[in-house]
Amino acid sequence: MIELQQLDKTYLLGGKPLHALDQVDLSIEAGEYIAITGPSGSGKSTLLNMVGLLDRPDQGRYLLNGQATEQLTEEQRAALRRAHIGFIFQAFHLIPRLSCYENIELPLLLAERSRAERRQRVDRVLAQVGLAKQAGQRPNQLSGGQMQRVAIARAIVLQPALLLADEPTGNLDQKSGREVIELLEALNRDGMTLLLVTHDPTLSDRARRRLQMVDGRIVSDTTL
Amino acid sequence: MKLVDQLHFNLQLLRRHRLRTGLLLLSITVGVASVIMLTSLGEGARRYVEQEFSSLGNQLLIVLPGRTETTGGAPPIYGTTPRDLTIADAEALGQLPGISRFAPIIAGTGRVSYRSFARDVITIGTNADFFPVRRLSLSLGQGLPADAASLAAPVCVLGARLKRELFGNANPINQWLRIGDYRYRVVGVLAERGESLGLDMRDMAIIPLRSAEALFNSPGLFRVLLEMKPQVSQELIKDRVRQTIRRRHEGEDDVTLISQDSVLSAFNEILTTLTAAVAAIASISLIVAGVLIMNISLISVSQRRAEIGLLKALGASGAAVRQLFIGEALMLAAVGTLIGIAVGEAVVALALRLFPDFPLAAPWWAELAAALIAIGCGLLFSWYPANKAAGLDPVRAMRGEPR
Ligand SMILES: Nc1ncnc2c1ncn2[C@@H]1O[C@H](COP(=O)(O)OP(=O)(O)O)[C@@H](O)[C@H]1O
Ligand SMILES: [Mg+2]
Repeated sequence: MIELQQLDKTYLLGGKPLHALDQVDLSIEAGEYIAITGPSGSGKSTLLNMVGLLDRPDQGRYLLNGQATEQLTEEQRAALRRAHIGFIFQAFHLIPRLSCYENIELPLLLAERSRAERRQRVDRVLAQVGLAKQAGQRPNQLSGGQMQRVAIARAIVLQPALLLADEPTGNLDQKSGREVIELLEALNRDGMTLLLVTHDPTLSDRARRRLQMVDGRIVSDTTL
Repeated sequence: MKLVDQLHFNLQLLRRHRLRTGLLLLSITVGVASVIMLTSLGEGARRYVEQEFSSLGNQLLIVLPGRTETTGGAPPIYGTTPRDLTIADAEALGQLPGISRFAPIIAGTGRVSYRSFARDVITIGTNADFFPVRRLSLSLGQGLPADAASLAAPVCVLGARLKRELFGNANPINQWLRIGDYRYRVVGVLAERGESLGLDMRDMAIIPLRSAEALFNSPGLFRVLLEMKPQVSQELIKDRVRQTIRRRHEGEDDVTLISQDSVLSAFNEILTTLTAAVAAIASISLIVAGVLIMNISLISVSQRRAEIGLLKALGASGAAVRQLFIGEALMLAAVGTLIGIAVGEAVVALALRLFPDFPLAAPWWAELAAALIAIGCGLLFSWYPANKAAGLDPVRAMRGEPR
């Protein structure tokens, strides 16, 4: 499903070049559950953003479902993101003025879906993440775990094949962190490919495949 | 995003920031309303002039002594006088085919006194046809006698205000008053009517032509009014008038001819230009509103960086983000325009009730122009902030990094 070849990304940090991704090779099959660990600054988020088409590599190839992505325009990349990729962030990134329902509806608005379809899809994912009752509430009325579940609902409302979660439990207590992980794992069991960046070894141990990153390189890649 | 969804999304945003929305709407409203109000002043002036002239009737031809070399522009009230226009000249002109009525006019300032009251007023000497030619009506008594052009009868007709000042509410008919060294009997009072052609008819005394000749001791005419028959071409009549004057003035047609049509079109042109200029000045306030929109949009872009990054991560293209921001400005401009038009028209309607004599009205193009300028400013000034938003790097924007 995903094929990264010799991916390279260098940032300029205070005038000095910084190799955020260094010759990364990675291939991911549909339906996999992968945990990415590594010290802070090792390039985990950068890798996730590359896979999510939010960032462009300096060098190397990225094939998504066999399609080369390096030459695509911003418009085409946005369309691919909409169709195939769901993002979940550590900081939730919900829009505070919108209700849960409206936050979850956003990808559907961007994809220009009809009102009826939007209602049906949002209601379904709200039930799936167990927040049907909170549909009309604003994010600031929710707990952290609930907010992250809204963010997950938003990520999956268009049923993407690939779910990218960047430290989704980083801002949560243990209990709600566990609930969020269980929710993500359930989605993975239903067939979504899951890439999970985490600091927490007890979480990464649950994944079938584990990547470890150091200084922009994948230093270990183990599958149970 | 679909248009309805964009509208809804932006509406929520605008409702959420009440103060910001209110201030922006206010600035656009003020701009649009001022375009409407100022142009309606200009248009009102144009209509006022038009009204004044058409109350004279469009068959009027005014002959002034002296020749003005100006073309277009305001009518020459006093020309230089190389050769007097005489009563005999006026009579000759009155006999021309195509002229139905004529009124020669002698004008001067006379001291009018009645009992202890005395005042200098413009006194004009003319004939009986002056009243129908100028479309003047009387509120009391009658006009000048039919032989006013040949007989210096001691009678006068007073303007409405002059009558009030001299007689209050008493009946002035058959009372005697003095103008200069002569005594006149009041035979009529003009109906109340405002200024006309720069002369305030309310403050005037009208006496027979021959009486004025004696009073001012001058045979020179101030002007001659000719009423043209509607069937005859005005150009033809003007030619005949010039020929007659040339014959009588040793080959020189040293008069100026003013017809209502020519004056009116000159005035129209001036006042329409003036109205457009005033509209341009008023639209500066819309440009100020536009700058305000730009300023506030830029603030909004930097405040909403995380949101913009998120929208992009969720699959919004740069074009979609740009559309959202421009759409927000356009919504403000459209709503502000509607409120501005309503406010402007309401003020105009109110002013019209307070000053019913002045025909205030926004010209047909004012609303269109105000709307176009407001929307144009919205578009122009939101372009830069919108592009800035569209160009944000989603990863950095969501991290909350500056730039
Ligand atoms: N937009 C950027 N500009 C400059 N440096 C960046 C940018 N994004 C990431 N980096 C740098 O690249 C390195 C890898 O970052 P990141 O992928 O966020 O690491 P991780 O997620 O593993 O903590 C870090 O040193 C970070 O400072
Ligand atoms: Mg990170």
